[in-house]
Amino acid sequence: MDAVKRYFRSPAAVIGLILLLLVIAMAISAGLLYPRDPLALAGRPLIWPFSNPRFLLGTDNSGRDIAAQIFYGARISLLIGGVATVIAILIGILVGAFAGYYGGWVDNVLMRITEAFQTLPNFVLLLVLVAVFGSTLTTVTIAVGVVSWPAPARLTRAEFLSLRNREFVQAGKTLGMKDVQLILGEILPNALPPVIVYASVVMAVAILLESALAFLRLSDPNVASWGNLIGLGRDVLRVQWYVSAIPGIAILVTVLAVSLVGQGLNDALNPRLKSR
Amino acid sequence: MRILSLAGRRLAASVPTLFLILIGVFLLLQLAPGDTVDALMAQMGGGDAATAEALRKFYGLDLSVPAQLGNYLWHLVRLDLGFSSIYGKPVATVILERLPPTILLMTASLSFAFFFGLVFGVIASRGVNRWPDTLISTLGLIFYATPSFWFGLMAIVVFSVYLQWLPPGGFEDIGTVQTGIWRVLDIAAHLVLPTLTLGLIFLAIYLRIMRASMLEVLNLDFVRTARAKGLDETHVITRHVLRNALLPMVTLIGLQAGTMLGGSVVVESVFSLPGLGRLAYESVVQRDLNTLLGIVFVSALLVISVNFVVDLLYARLDPRIAAEG
Amino acid sequence: MSETVLSLDALTVRLPKGADRPHALSDVSLSVASNEILCVVGESGSGKSMMANAIMRLLPNEVTIERGRMMFDGRDLCAADPAEMREVRGAGIAMIFQEPMTALNPLRTIGDQIGEMFAIHTGLSKAEINARVQALLEDVRIPDPKAAAKAYPHELSGGQRQRAMIAMALALDPKLLIADEPTTALDVTTQAQILKLIRDLQQRKKTAVLFITHDFGVVAKIADRVVVMQHGAIVEQGTADAVLNDPQHAYTRQLIAAVPPLTAPPPRILSGKDILTIDGVSKTYRTGGFLGRGARITEAVKNVSLHLPRGATLGIVGESGSGKSTLARCIVRLIDPDTGSIVLNGKDWAKLGRDDVRRETRHIQMVFQDPFASLNPRRKAAELVAQGPIVHGADRATAIAEARKLFELVGLDPSAGDRYPHEFSGGQRQRIGLARALALKPDVLVADEPVSALDVSVQAQVLRLLAELRQQLGLSIIFITHDLRVAAQICDVVAVMKDGAVVEQGLTAEVFGKPQHPYTQALLSAIPGGKFAREHSTAAE
Repeated sequence: MDAVKRYFRSPAAVIGLILLLLVIAMAISAGLLYPRDPLALAGRPLIWPFSNPRFLLGTDNSGRDIAAQIFYGARISLLIGGVATVIAILIGILVGAFAGYYGGWVDNVLMRITEAFQTLPNFVLLLVLVAVFGSTLTTVTIAVGVVSWPAPARLTRAEFLSLRNREFVQAGKTLGMKDVQLILGEILPNALPPVIVYASVVMAVAILLESALAFLRLSDPNVASWGNLIGLGRDVLRVQWYVSAIPGIAILVTVLAVSLVGQGLNDALNPRLKSR
Repeated sequence: MRILSLAGRRLAASVPTLFLILIGVFLLLQLAPGDTVDALMAQMGGGDAATAEALRKFYGLDLSVPAQLGNYLWHLVRLDLGFSSIYGKPVATVILERLPPTILLMTASLSFAFFFGLVFGVIASRGVNRWPDTLISTLGLIFYATPSFWFGLMAIVVFSVYLQWLPPGGFEDIGTVQTGIWRVLDIAAHLVLPTLTLGLIFLAIYLRIMRASMLEVLNLDFVRTARAKGLDETHVITRHVLRNALLPMVTLIGLQAGTMLGGSVVVESVFSLPGLGRLAYESVVQRDLNTLLGIVFVSALLVISVNFVVDLLYARLDPRIAAEG
Repeated sequence: MSETVLSLDALTVRLPKGADRPHALSDVSLSVASNEILCVVGESGSGKSMMANAIMRLLPNEVTIERGRMMFDGRDLCAADPAEMREVRGAGIAMIFQEPMTALNPLRTIGDQIGEMFAIHTGLSKAEINARVQALLEDVRIPDPKAAAKAYPHELSGGQRQRAMIAMALALDPKLLIADEPTTALDVTTQAQILKLIRDLQQRKKTAVLFITHDFGVVAKIADRVVVMQHGAIVEQGTADAVLNDPQHAYTRQLIAAVPPLTAPPPRILSGKDILTIDGVSKTYRTGGFLGRGARITEAVKNVSLHLPRGATLGIVGESGSGKSTLARCIVRLIDPDTGSIVLNGKDWAKLGRDDVRRETRHIQMVFQDPFASLNPRRKAAELVAQGPIVHGADRATAIAEARKLFELVGLDPSAGDRYPHEFSGGQRQRIGLARALALKPDVLVADEPVSALDVSVQAQVLRLLAELRQQLGLSIIFITHDLRVAAQICDVVAVMKDGAVVEQGLTAEVFGKPQHPYTQALLSAIPGGKFAREHSTAAE
């Protein structure tokens, strides 16, 4: 309960939460506010924002409503960001927990693999995965998750390494607990908070990765995503720059919101750091 | 000498990592729909099955997967990355042509991000929770949240289209042939926006780490010792805090090298820079898998060499490292 | 001859809101004269370290001096501006700290850091500074001063680092030296050397020393005058002789009574049967070996043979690195010994497989050193105690009910079971740890430094509890400690370890009364205020 109170004491964390709730509200209300397909032709192409009340944010070069694409894009960004983060964190915890708890050759093998993933630039790996498995929503989400797990794995491993020799874990051992009981019951609950906080970083990066992929037209072209729209707007950048500008701001706000919430959580869960 | 052997050992330890990557990506690419021959046939505007068969035999694609992998690795040992059917040149040649812009871009962005990250991080930590800190930290958060390709596009709109101060893309002016210092200046002008674009997010990361690391070190006992000696605040920072606070920053360069190289794919595409990143993008679009594999190899090599340099640097900064070896 | 160097007058230091009390120091008045050592004694939280920082004006940002005066060298330090303070620090008042490892910059050489003193306060040339640094390092009797000047802190031992700190502090012949628990982190033999060094240098240079400590043994060894602090206020001050031998204030008396005497209590009759027999146990570590090159081999435990009579307490004493903790962990099989046998209840415990160890472990339980780290912060106290029986198949509700009964046994309120570990004090947590070990009804209890993280008065309570339980439950105990005074109090038999091997063992009274091995003799004579402890114990009888 203290943590909740501490969270709401930080203005930045509250702003982050409000922004995040706003983006979530956009994602939920998209279907209600814009019942039509956001990728369908809606009007004259390249209407400037605020010049036509029907298209508050104007239209893009194919005459599609930008506002509708922004609202539907929130769904895609949150969906891909969220699911990819869950994938990355789950793999990360699994690998990190095993490597950190057992050490020795298990650790050696798992860390070699992690190192391999970190040595290969993640975006290049993402390109390879997309080149091999195609650019559907599902494959892109999984691919983003698969390239993002090494950092949470290292973090989990570091936590496990420091916790496994802590006296309360040794006490658990002398009580006769099995490895599974020690990992799940004793170490994991204590290792989890920093990993959960780190999930916000993973999510921010995941949203940015997907949008970059979409910008390069390598993500799913059949959904309304912010990155797609920026890529489209690039063709008319010199004059109708707003087509790219508006979805970019949407990405910025979303990633900012996620980062602020993450930082707020961190400060709320680790009060010692804040006090100095 | 000791430091060198330590870093050398780390380097040797990354050889298996490199092979792990190559084998993994090679096998992954076997799953890709279509192969080099398909791409080549598409390039030629189609052809009959017999030609395709002959080409497959020529490229050794009719062999079993392990045999192909063995072939590839054997060629690799002799620094032969294979042949790019799209570019009609050996992959090694294609990559070497594209390497300089990327290395230049990475060096420039890294220096920019590291230097300003350091300066702003120190300023923020000195005025912790006062306005300079709030301003710098807020800007850092915004920079971190800005998609680099979008920032690049907006920079083009402002600096190239409206103000017309800087060129919107390319590595150098192709229209006029320049030599000597003029060519250097021309390339520099072309690299200003890409450097800022790629460096921005890393600037945000470095300043945040530097700030946190400064605050951490300022709390350590030896800083109290330094103050108890009668040292003034400026000298406490320069002589005792800075070097200690720099250690996590240096580690970060190594950790972020891969991310930075990945970021250059996007930035080079935005600014039409003929670099390695853009080549990676093109080879995905054109399904030039041989080149893609070559790029994977070279980027891993680049990241490993950056880490080698970082290891050397770290060992120079921290005497405790050499002792452990 | 002796003039007042520093005098504090009604010094009051305010703590930030939300602290456990409004003032860190309230109305503290004292004075230190040249050529004397004033010891400030108090338990943790008494405000003694805060006083040192206040004098140096190095308080944390939120902590402020509310009122009072600190007269040094004709001026009030409370009113001095930052530039004046910088002149005083190092040159007028120098300081040494508890942790010589963290108090030195890890990235700069010792010589460089000592030389900095001269660079700040004098205009000496580089060559002159180097010569002075050499002279200082010789003064503090560091082995090989030339090499030490070029060494980095991690290349020196704890004792050598503290010598370097002292050399640095005395570089400019300050009028006042503040020593904040300078020997607490050191082994007892090193501690004795450092205390002697401080005493010698102080007498030679006629420095005034403000010596902060929690240990009455150290006070007895070094103090000319003593100030006793509690909750930020001075409760008693006077000459060392007066305070130690005729304490006036109840708190002082309580503190002195809690200091364990070095002489063993009258021996108990021991059972002729051994419950645990350790024979030829060894454990060797290999570290840093990459492809077999540069591997370092540490023999943590070397061929140790011990036996524990039923119902007795076997003390294993030694300094850090002696292998006593590794041995303890071998005995409970947290570490697998390389060779040797550990026979418990007729079974060779060292040869059991993983699953058997898990099943049999209820016969032999462990109590850990750190009351903060040894309890899972995310479990309630009753749950922690009930964990063992639950693992061994007990029904959860019964186990929790049993746990509450155990709370009573170890002197805790049974209703406290619903609280989390951080809501307890250090001593209370150690009782929870004890209850957890007892929940499995073990025959043998292995206690690894169970009281060394506790304040001296709490230490005495926990030791008393342990002695009672031993009687009540018929426990046999292996008691690991670095503190010979603690061992003397509770152990029936002791074994002295050095570099992984047992150098001497026998009945406590015999080993401590007539030590045979030179190392045991050295350990015993190194105990600070050993003479005081012995006298004080006879006085107590």
